[in-house]
Amino acid sequence: MHSPTPTAIMSRTRRPVALAVRGLAKRFDRPAVDALDLTVYGGEFYVLVGPNGAGKTTTLRMVAGLLRPDAGSITTGAIDALADPLAAKQITAWLSDEPMIYDKLTPFEYLEFVAGLWRIDSGEAEARARELLGWLGLEPHAHERCEGFSRGMRQKVALAGALVHDPKLIILDEPLTGLDAGSARVVKNVLRERVTAGGTVIMTTHILEVAERLADRIGVIASGRLIAEGTLDELRHKTGKTAASLEETFLTLVADPVVQPVAAE
Amino acid sequence: MRNFAIALIVFAGFMHLLAYSMIRRYVGADVGHELATIVVVTGIMLLLWSLLLAQAMELITRVLYSRSDLDLILTSPVSSRKIFSVRIGRIALEVAFFAMLLAMPFIDVMVVLGGARWLVAYGVVAAMGAVAAAFAVALTVALFRTIGAKRTRLIAQIVAAVIGAAFVIGLQIAAIFSFGSFSLAPIQSAWLIGHVPHVGSPVWWPARAVLGDLTAVILVAAISIVLLGAAILVFAARFGDHVVAAAAVSFAVVRQSGWSSSLRRRSASRVLRHKEWTLLRRDPWLMSQTLMQILYLLPPALFLWHTFHNGTDTYVLLVPMLVMAAGHLGGGLAWLSISGEDAADLVATAPLSPQRIVWAKIEAVVGAVALIFAPLVAALAFASVKLALVAGAGVMIATASATLIQLCFRTQARRSQFRHRHVSSSRIATFGEAFSSIAWAATSALIATGTWLALFPALIAISILGGIRLISPPVT
Repeated sequence: MHSPTPTAIMSRTRRPVALAVRGLAKRFDRPAVDALDLTVYGGEFYVLVGPNGAGKTTTLRMVAGLLRPDAGSITTGAIDALADPLAAKQITAWLSDEPMIYDKLTPFEYLEFVAGLWRIDSGEAEARARELLGWLGLEPHAHERCEGFSRGMRQKVALAGALVHDPKLIILDEPLTGLDAGSARVVKNVLRERVTAGGTVIMTTHILEVAERLADRIGVIASGRLIAEGTLDELRHKTGKTAASLEETFLTLVADPVVQPVAAE
Repeated sequence: MRNFAIALIVFAGFMHLLAYSMIRRYVGADVGHELATIVVVTGIMLLLWSLLLAQAMELITRVLYSRSDLDLILTSPVSSRKIFSVRIGRIALEVAFFAMLLAMPFIDVMVVLGGARWLVAYGVVAAMGAVAAAFAVALTVALFRTIGAKRTRLIAQIVAAVIGAAFVIGLQIAAIFSFGSFSLAPIQSAWLIGHVPHVGSPVWWPARAVLGDLTAVILVAAISIVLLGAAILVFAARFGDHVVAAAAVSFAVVRQSGWSSSLRRRSASRVLRHKEWTLLRRDPWLMSQTLMQILYLLPPALFLWHTFHNGTDTYVLLVPMLVMAAGHLGGGLAWLSISGEDAADLVATAPLSPQRIVWAKIEAVVGAVALIFAPLVAALAFASVKLALVAGAGVMIATASATLIQLCFRTQARRSQFRHRHVSSSRIATFGEAFSSIAWAATSALIATGTWLALFPALIAISILGGIRLISPPVT
């Protein structure tokens, strides 16, 4: 992960905001997300980490439009996602930890279906689908039904489906769970490629090494609130341990009872 | 739990009453001389046995293709021969228990009216289950070795459906062509009695066993044990290999060179419907269930042709049959489309309103049912346009009602859970679907006969739907 220079910090704040979350709240039998503020900039790879039950998945599911928040606002690009959810969904993609695809469809048919849902021009979508299947190593299996696929292959098909409509914001919840090293490497490379091409990624993971290597910024969430945010160096600075790994930094942050929630930028 | 127990007792009481009305005159039969009785009993036992064979094949196919504990059992220190011997034995027990459950009302009535000697019938019925399991193993493994692992699953399910329906359908077809109505009369025909083996033939041992002949009971029990033992001895040893082969089968390749031309100018709704129809078309269990529904419509269809051909007007009986079948099939398809959404998150995050998604699924279900029933309704139109219109409307309304019920009680499940949907679904939805189909079938039948009394079952059906809408859980 690269260390930000003052110029980089200033230039970050000049980039368009891809996702702005303000005062987001959701309660089940107890508060799952509590007055959360979060900002992700365009062209950024943002990773959300936190202990189990911290509210990471609930936060991302609200951003993706799968859950209705009890309070707060979500702005995707310039779109109020709560007032105009369809417009927000047009430019976002969601990928969960459990690859949800259709066993009786082939990867090619699945991408065709997704492109149809997002009303992408068929010529353009077909070309993109073939490209994605090639990148993800699925071309030899493009016309086989998914029911015989391994978990890694299914996750790659789901990822291809998330990318075929060229989303501006890609939301992923633990996308590397259960993947072998090769498949995980492919997924990471494709996501990094998307960010380089101008897309924005927000992702949760328990694998801190992944966050350390991929993330431009990391958000630490605990008890439904964002308690720390920044590059790895910025997080280290917050804990006072400038040489610590992300794991030590993370454990220090979530263990510290006096850490205050991060205010919106 | 108490309500369920009460309902079960009421249902059991009703079944016993039905059994009493059907068999009371056969209980005092002299097994040594009443060949006609033995033929009838044999016919009924063949009917039961075909159902048991179908069920056993379904269970064996599931053992063959289930991967749930495959790794555990094949890496355990117990030989796969022992494991699959136990599994085949368990299936035989399951089928035997199912057979005894089915036959219980009839046997209980025979015991009450004819004495304790009729209790041997339970043993005979259990033996039938064991024989069905033995035949099912042999048939399924024969399919596996003949047509291979990939095709066996679908073909075995279709064969099971056809076997289960074949005897009933064959009997009804014979009745239609010889007597012009639905009945068991062919079994009782003088021609048949004159052409079957004499009363002492081994062919009649099962019937004689059920009717209380102790020697026949011992022989039937011995034969069933020998057959089941032989099936286990012959097939259990290599069953593990077949299971491994089934797990390793590569799945169907779909020939497709480019984007479907039908989807090039497409709306999102059309894309959703196309997806639903593709998934329905490729589901082997659903295909076997649909085939069974169509097979059960075959006698009514032949009845239609036979009566139209002969100029009679009793084909009005077809209308409620079509409507009931449509309601049943529509309920299953609606569950698959609405609750059995494998990619729920994908569809929910697509830029489509929830209402549009639901409408596309409804259209997919109604369209599939319309496609299946259109030929029969069209054939009915040759006999009577009015009846065809009534049947067509009834089919669509029954389907729409079943779909509405599924919408009210939608769950989040996977398509693979379809065969257990009645276990995971609300009982209210299950009963509502059944009673709604019956009410609409009755409505259609009464409209077809031209009586205003059709209003009553229609009001019942609408009340059922209204009640279900009121008590259904809120959609989150």
